[in-house]
Amino acid sequence: MERKNQNPIIQWIVKTKILGILFFVVIGAFVIYALGQALTNNPSLFLQQVVNGLQLGFVYALIALGYTMIYGIVRLINFAHGDVFMVGAFTSFFTISRFNLHLWFQNLFPSFPAMPAQIIGAITVVLASMAICALLAFTIEKIAYKPLREAPRISALITAIGISFFLEYFGALNFVFTPNYITYKRPFEVKSWFIGPSGFGTIESGVTSPSNSIIFSNIFVIIVLASLSLLLVLQYIVKRTKIGKAMRAVAYDKPTARLMGINSDAVISITFALGAALAGAAGVLYAIAYPQVYFTMGIIPGMKAFVAAVVGGIGSIPGAFIGALIMGQAETLSAAYISTPMRDAIAFSLLVIVLLIRPKGIMGEIASEKV
Amino acid sequence: MMLEVEKINVYYGAIHALSDLSFGVNEGEIVALIGANGAGKSTSLKTISGLLHPRDGSIRFLEEEISQTSAEEVVRKGIIHVPEGRKIFAPLTVLENLEMGAFLQTDKGQIECDMRNVFERFPRLKERQNQPGGTLSGGEQQMLAIARGLMSHPKLMLLDEPSMGLAPVLVEQIFEIIREINKQGTSILLVEQNAKMALSIADRAYVLETGNIVLQGNAREVMENPSVIQAYLGG
Repeated sequence: MERKNQNPIIQWIVKTKILGILFFVVIGAFVIYALGQALTNNPSLFLQQVVNGLQLGFVYALIALGYTMIYGIVRLINFAHGDVFMVGAFTSFFTISRFNLHLWFQNLFPSFPAMPAQIIGAITVVLASMAICALLAFTIEKIAYKPLREAPRISALITAIGISFFLEYFGALNFVFTPNYITYKRPFEVKSWFIGPSGFGTIESGVTSPSNSIIFSNIFVIIVLASLSLLLVLQYIVKRTKIGKAMRAVAYDKPTARLMGINSDAVISITFALGAALAGAAGVLYAIAYPQVYFTMGIIPGMKAFVAAVVGGIGSIPGAFIGALIMGQAETLSAAYISTPMRDAIAFSLLVIVLLIRPKGIMGEIASEKV
Repeated sequence: MMLEVEKINVYYGAIHALSDLSFGVNEGEIVALIGANGAGKSTSLKTISGLLHPRDGSIRFLEEEISQTSAEEVVRKGIIHVPEGRKIFAPLTVLENLEMGAFLQTDKGQIECDMRNVFERFPRLKERQNQPGGTLSGGEQQMLAIARGLMSHPKLMLLDEPSMGLAPVLVEQIFEIIREINKQGTSILLVEQNAKMALSIADRAYVLETGNIVLQGNAREVMENPSVIQAYLGG
């Protein structure tokens, strides 16, 4: 009982956590001031960074959704999730470079207008990667996680780390993905536009864009649209369909769900497959945006998405989305205004800060009292 | 007999929870299983519904061995277990809870029809159908738990402590509902701390003590047994 002898002022400081709050208020104020300054000094540069951050954030969001769904239903941080993302990127690399899957529709119906045919081809590529990743995660779950369902949680966690290394270094074998950095061939051509005080227009190659304008490409548009529509599909599945409701029931109370006749193992498998399909889509989009694939490409985006899921409140789908957008912004803005090598450090410190203020994350579920 | 439990032994790790336990339920009956805390009442129900499996012994339902059948399959065979503490899916709405009760039912028209019947019986649930289950009061949650169980068209309903934590008026109401459900053809195996209430609606009763049946008979006999009066009916 040392506390009793303490000075009341010290006690008050400890009790109200005033120092911590002050610390965060000062940091927060500084960040807002710095961003405001950046915005007023050079609005187009700032907005350009926001656009870049959005592009990154929407990709992270797709990965983070998988983390959060799997955690929600089996309370497992699936560290192999980032590597499933890598497999998704490689799958699309092979389907495009080896099999020309993105051209199937054009080859089949040459008279069809080029633009929609290209879109159909690209969507097929994404769907193929999603399917392969879903199958992969389904298998991983059956082989590695299901036997550990009743084991202590740490066992499953360590297994997840093992699976992660397995996917990476199995992928590094020469007859699989090879240990090389491989240039990725996009399934469509990049077009860029500028928007700014001088209006809106297409950027022709070899011509510099007008100053003070924001540049964005069709990749940005595709990532935002794909990510948003997958989020909507996921929300629909989880909220409206029978299997989605069963997922929520199993996540909340597995034994009772079984008493309703819900096959909880099947529901868990489907959740893994669904999460992995989103990671697969993210892999394709990421490779399209940053066109290089290699066997460890999943580690950092996987980590960032994991942090995003935790920042948003793990277990919450909208939380993962918000967390991912924040992570994207934090990364690009700190790269632009603080220093590029520091951007990961800053993005990860965000995790520490959010967890100190709100251990449950931004939209974290409030621990419910069971009556 | 509709349900025949014969000499089952159930363990939690090293703890021997049920030893050579035998009892049964006839078609159309209400059977009460009474006993103190830790006597093994809930364990018995969990074993029947397949959440636990006996190490040996047999459980037959309609002449079919179900002791090693998974919980999901047991529901399909026509047994529903309304667990202790109601176990409503708190984040799901009342309607979604009921839909989960009908999980194995594939005929949408049938589900709608059942839903209408349930709402007729429990008008409170209809008023609150779009509210999360966790926001309901204790009595409403118990009604929802029973209603959710009915959605699977059970032949046998296992009810674990339906009166737990409810005001006396509500307890009366819940037991009235149980009696009605039974009248409409569902057999009931009822586990209760509230022995007086349970015996008042049951046809037959078993008294359970540390994993063993110490007394059985028709409810009236059991109610008049001196040791039962002393132990469970408060003198």
